[in-house]
Amino acid sequence: MEASEMSTQPGPAAERPATRARGRRAGAILLPLAGALGLTTLALLSAGVSPLAAYRILVFGAFSSPTRFSDMVMLAAPLLLCATGLTLTFGAGLYNLGVEGQLALGAIAAMLPLRLWPELPPPFLWALCFVCAAGGGALWALLAAGLRLGAGVNEIFAGLGLNFLASGLALFLVLGPWRRTGSASMSGTELLARELWLPTLGTLRLAPIAPALALLALAVAWWVLARTHWGLELRAVGLNRAAADRLGTPANRRTAEAMAACGALAGMAGAIQVLGVFHQLIPNISSGVGLLGLLVALLVRANPAWVLPVAVAFASFTVGSVQLPLTLGVDSSIAGVLQGALVLFALLARGLSRRGS
Amino acid sequence: MNQVITLLAAVLAGAAPLVIASMGATLSERAGVVNLSLDGTILLGAMAGFGVALSTGNLALGFGMAALVGALVALVLAYLSLTLGQSQTAVGFVLALLCTELSSFLGAPFVRVSGPAVPFAPIPLLAEIPLLGPLLFRHDAVIYASMLLVPLSWWFLFRTRAGLTIRALGERPQAAYARGVPVVPLRYLATIAGGALVGLAGAAYSLDLKQGWSYRHTFGAGWIALAIVIFGGWRPWRVALGCYLFAALEILALRSQSALPGAPTQVFQVAPFALMIVVLALVNLAGSPALARRIAALPPPLREPLRRLVARIAAPPPAALGQPFERP
Repeated sequence: MEASEMSTQPGPAAERPATRARGRRAGAILLPLAGALGLTTLALLSAGVSPLAAYRILVFGAFSSPTRFSDMVMLAAPLLLCATGLTLTFGAGLYNLGVEGQLALGAIAAMLPLRLWPELPPPFLWALCFVCAAGGGALWALLAAGLRLGAGVNEIFAGLGLNFLASGLALFLVLGPWRRTGSASMSGTELLARELWLPTLGTLRLAPIAPALALLALAVAWWVLARTHWGLELRAVGLNRAAADRLGTPANRRTAEAMAACGALAGMAGAIQVLGVFHQLIPNISSGVGLLGLLVALLVRANPAWVLPVAVAFASFTVGSVQLPLTLGVDSSIAGVLQGALVLFALLARGLSRRGS
Repeated sequence: MNQVITLLAAVLAGAAPLVIASMGATLSERAGVVNLSLDGTILLGAMAGFGVALSTGNLALGFGMAALVGALVALVLAYLSLTLGQSQTAVGFVLALLCTELSSFLGAPFVRVSGPAVPFAPIPLLAEIPLLGPLLFRHDAVIYASMLLVPLSWWFLFRTRAGLTIRALGERPQAAYARGVPVVPLRYLATIAGGALVGLAGAAYSLDLKQGWSYRHTFGAGWIALAIVIFGGWRPWRVALGCYLFAALEILALRSQSALPGAPTQVFQVAPFALMIVVLALVNLAGSPALARRIAALPPPLREPLRRLVARIAAPPPAALGQPFERP
């Protein structure tokens, strides 16, 4: 559905359709913004901080220095990969809550070649890591898809359960077989050798391969969804599963394929976390990137064109918020409040426009 | 024997918040509304209840606040899904995340502060009965309430006219509407009442079973409660059984952990979730037509007992669960 189909209020009958459509589009953006800012401001006021000071850090903090900008890009890249994958599963009408676990399993799979063949030339090794990570993520997603299609377990619960299992597995590896020499530590496995880190721009933490890969994935996903027969079939399954099935679209197959594709992309996000962000496996390797990706995908309603700006905005809120405890003495979770409220009020705007038309 | 009783009493106590939350979820889902925000609502209720009880020194106000918060979140869910036609799953999921973040942000001042707690209150005379006394009557008000809530929910849903109407909302809302039942207003009511119970479950953690407040204080309890409702087939007694089994497993995991000092704690923490997937798969498979066909093909002496066993395990959801209601 296009934004032009939405309106916040039925305009006066005398208005020309073009103006009305523009008004609707503005409403679809303004209402979520105003509502989310309202709720976030209330929360900030109740914590006793100046909302303006907090917003300055939240919104512009990520652009205040090259270091912070690099952090933002290195968060936006895995976020984009997850959100891109989720546009595919949303297209098929699925709530793939298991994306967190798929990312974690990708990260674990990316560790395998690093541990087995650390002496390979780094470019080969990285390629191998990404391939393994995609495979690991896809495998975890197919497990959820199998539970859904084979045993009728709702993908939300299958995904959630698998998320906890994946984090348990990561923890087991960090504390058990892959523990640091000396004593096991919750903080993660041994750091990778410096030459195995993804190459960065100068001394910054920005590894250009990560955002390049994410943008490529986004472009491919957009093309597949909008321009291929497979994408058409997938959307048909998402809109009306029973009808698509009856008309000869293999609905279960398309569902499983969309899940596997999403899992593969989330797994590659996991490889970025290992090779470019943390340079080790840590128990909480996903750091909530998958859930944030779900919010992005819900906000853009599986429309790939909006994924990039929204993912960058969400990543900059999160990176900006890291400075809040030090500068203003409030918890950084206000970024999550702002992100969640934006999506909630977007749903509200959609509902109101549906009612108005 | 005494040890067994102590263990069972600990199970009854430990499951109390889960029982309260899952009874709330059962109520709203019986009316056809999935409140996926449970995990966030429990956290927000726990934080708000603890905060209010701490600053006023009044436990009842804390529980009241928690119920109010739960009811409000449910009201938002009901408005967006029932009135504005948005997907219950989408709204519930967003609310779960939003409430979680709100609880972390607003609860920051209360982290690891010690506050008021529900006092231990053995019931005079009854607590002296051998075996039953220590099992049932040496707890506190929250735990007694959770135990009473189970028969109460069953009685309400299956033995009263209002309960019948609620179930009709979840099974055949069109038919209920045709008979003059105001479907949407009653769904609102059930969702809000269920939400209030979920909020109370949060306060049952922060003011009683897991006293105090910390970041993500209740670790996934809401998702567990939602899964237990499915396991319990939306029937209060079986849902309660699910809660008690889960609490028992948690306690056993904790004990076996001290028996196996080499294994890391967090591995035990995630074990219940693996179990959750397996159990849900079993319950769903038991209700599948494919299995019914396969059993029908078996020789008669096997067929009947197997069919009966499978029928006991299977638990079909309310037919209109999560579906939007369109006026005919």
